[in-house]
Amino acid sequence: MPMWEESSLVRVVPTARPRKLAKVPFVELAAGRLQGVVSSGSDVSRVYVSSVASGDFAFACRTNNNRPCGGARGGFCNHIGAMVGEAVLQYGGARVARYLQTDTADGDAAPTAQQLAAAMSAARPQQAADAQAVTGQVFARFLRHLAYLELPATTAPLPEMHWFPTAGAVA
Amino acid sequence: MMRADLLTGELPGLDEALAAVDAFDQVLAGGLLRPQPAQAAGLTALANAVAGSPIAALVAEAAEKAAAGVAGEEHLLALAAGRTALFGAVHDAVVARVDEATGRPREATPPFEPGAPLPANLLASARAWLCDVARAGWRGLDHELAAGAAQVVSALLPAPELRRLAVLLDGFAAELAASCPGRTLGRIPLRRWADLWARGMLLTQPGAVTGAGAGAETAALTGRLLPLGVDLHEHATAVHAQVHAVFEPADGGPARLVRASVSAPKPDTVVGAGVWQLLRPHLSLLAAAGEGHAMELTGMPVTDEGDLLWSEERTRVDESADVFTTARVALPTVRAGATAPLDRHPARIAEPVLVEGYTVDRSGDEVAFVVGGERLAVDTGRLPAASPLTAQAVAGSRACIGLLRWDAGRFLLQPLAVQSAAKSRTAVVQAGAWAGGTADKSGAKAEKAATDTVTVLRERAGRLLRS
Repeated sequence: MPMWEESSLVRVVPTARPRKLAKVPFVELAAGRLQGVVSSGSDVSRVYVSSVASGDFAFACRTNNNRPCGGARGGFCNHIGAMVGEAVLQYGGARVARYLQTDTADGDAAPTAQQLAAAMSAARPQQAADAQAVTGQVFARFLRHLAYLELPATTAPLPEMHWFPTAGAVA
Repeated sequence: MMRADLLTGELPGLDEALAAVDAFDQVLAGGLLRPQPAQAAGLTALANAVAGSPIAALVAEAAEKAAAGVAGEEHLLALAAGRTALFGAVHDAVVARVDEATGRPREATPPFEPGAPLPANLLASARAWLCDVARAGWRGLDHELAAGAAQVVSALLPAPELRRLAVLLDGFAAELAASCPGRTLGRIPLRRWADLWARGMLLTQPGAVTGAGAGAETAALTGRLLPLGVDLHEHATAVHAQVHAVFEPADGGPARLVRASVSAPKPDTVVGAGVWQLLRPHLSLLAAAGEGHAMELTGMPVTDEGDLLWSEERTRVDESADVFTTARVALPTVRAGATAPLDRHPARIAEPVLVEGYTVDRSGDEVAFVVGGERLAVDTGRLPAASPLTAQAVAGSRACIGLLRWDAGRFLLQPLAVQSAAKSRTAVVQAGAWAGGTADKSGAKAEKAATDTVTVLRERAGRLLRS
């Protein structure tokens, strides 16, 4: 694809798709993990910080105060399931599968959240050895993300944005 | 009338300049930690291409050090400068061709005036990250390296004078992070990433941009502002809209092309039509452009490049103004703005033009207008997702206001507004029609979704940042 390599303006990352944030306010593919923040169903001031690593699917789910989630002892808990579901909404199943390197990545159709979770569970993933540290990192990423809301708009010219044309209709 | 035939002709010296650029861009794929012989050749190609320029010696020395695997930050900066100089020459050749095609006079480029010094420690941390990236190369990318930008960007973003660098690095790092690990990359956006890298390197130079992050104010405008259309840019965590317009001075002086910009950082989940509400409160011109109104300006500051430094209190909404009337009556006599020295790159070219009297060619996998036997490709990929202006509307048009752009060796037309070819209707459809708000069902739904997104995030922020 010579045209692609010689273009200044190719879209490398597709635009995220809109989704409702009430249950899972944050999800991202970063640092080699699918990671996110899931609201607690019972306590409005508590969130669960969930993650699944790319490749070996080592998982972690702990509260924002870094206490272990009771549901994530032997395998994926409901929070991780909800996070996978919202990641598929936001990024599309194909991109999530590719990032996590699941077997479903090879198929023609984009895998559903259920197929992704089932494929990962079938590999009998383990709790991440560094679950506590990962939780801290993911929560910090979430807070950093929230900080974007506090940054003011500006009417100063921003010529660098010409390298980021709007991505148009979402594929 | 635009001379489309000039846009398909060859640009002298272009192939040689781009060959040197491509050779250097391949060097960055492998990285400069342990350069191979092929990379040394790429570095030499860059140095040779700028051998006649004032930075020849600097680039030659840098190429030698880099080929030996011992390049320091100053050498990497010199390489970035060499590559940027080549694209500066390409830019000038492309703009000269644009001006020939439009027959439009252009303001002379002002001399470079270094800006006020910016916080050196923040610039240094940005430069250090960019140098690490160049050493690793695109094939050496890993998650740790990509994530290293987060801290740098977080420190840069709050400072208005560093916003340009912050937004660039943020978008660049997100692409690198999504492409990790580099060793498994199938294809690499070589020119794009080298562009972003080189631009980042230059912006980390003290004095590269002025304190306001923009060109210096050189005049104050009083008169009528006639919008032509809205150009939208976005990456996951930033959105930027630029309104292109014709300014007619109240004193009867010559009309000129101007732009007004507004940008906002955003969470990645605010997308589509939802982005307008982040921008709308800060630039009344967005609504005026969307609704087809002119504006009165009184003493509005402007730069040599034609960038208005928008201030709401210097504006008043004027009577309605049809964009095609503006394009047919006012656009043919305008003067175009200069390009700031640092912005001489073809990706920055966005020249408003009116194209009509074409036939639409949909034979390939893209839409093209055939004007006087010449084919002008239409960049329908740049139409905003949330806009009534669709590729189909473009294909069914008989007149188009667009931005003339240049990428990957050819000219493209980015549509801003079209007039329908259907005899029964003379409907005008604008890319930025929804900038000021919309009654359209899907547009309104997307706006509501974005409002909800921001509400949820604010609620979460309120609870979690407090605890």
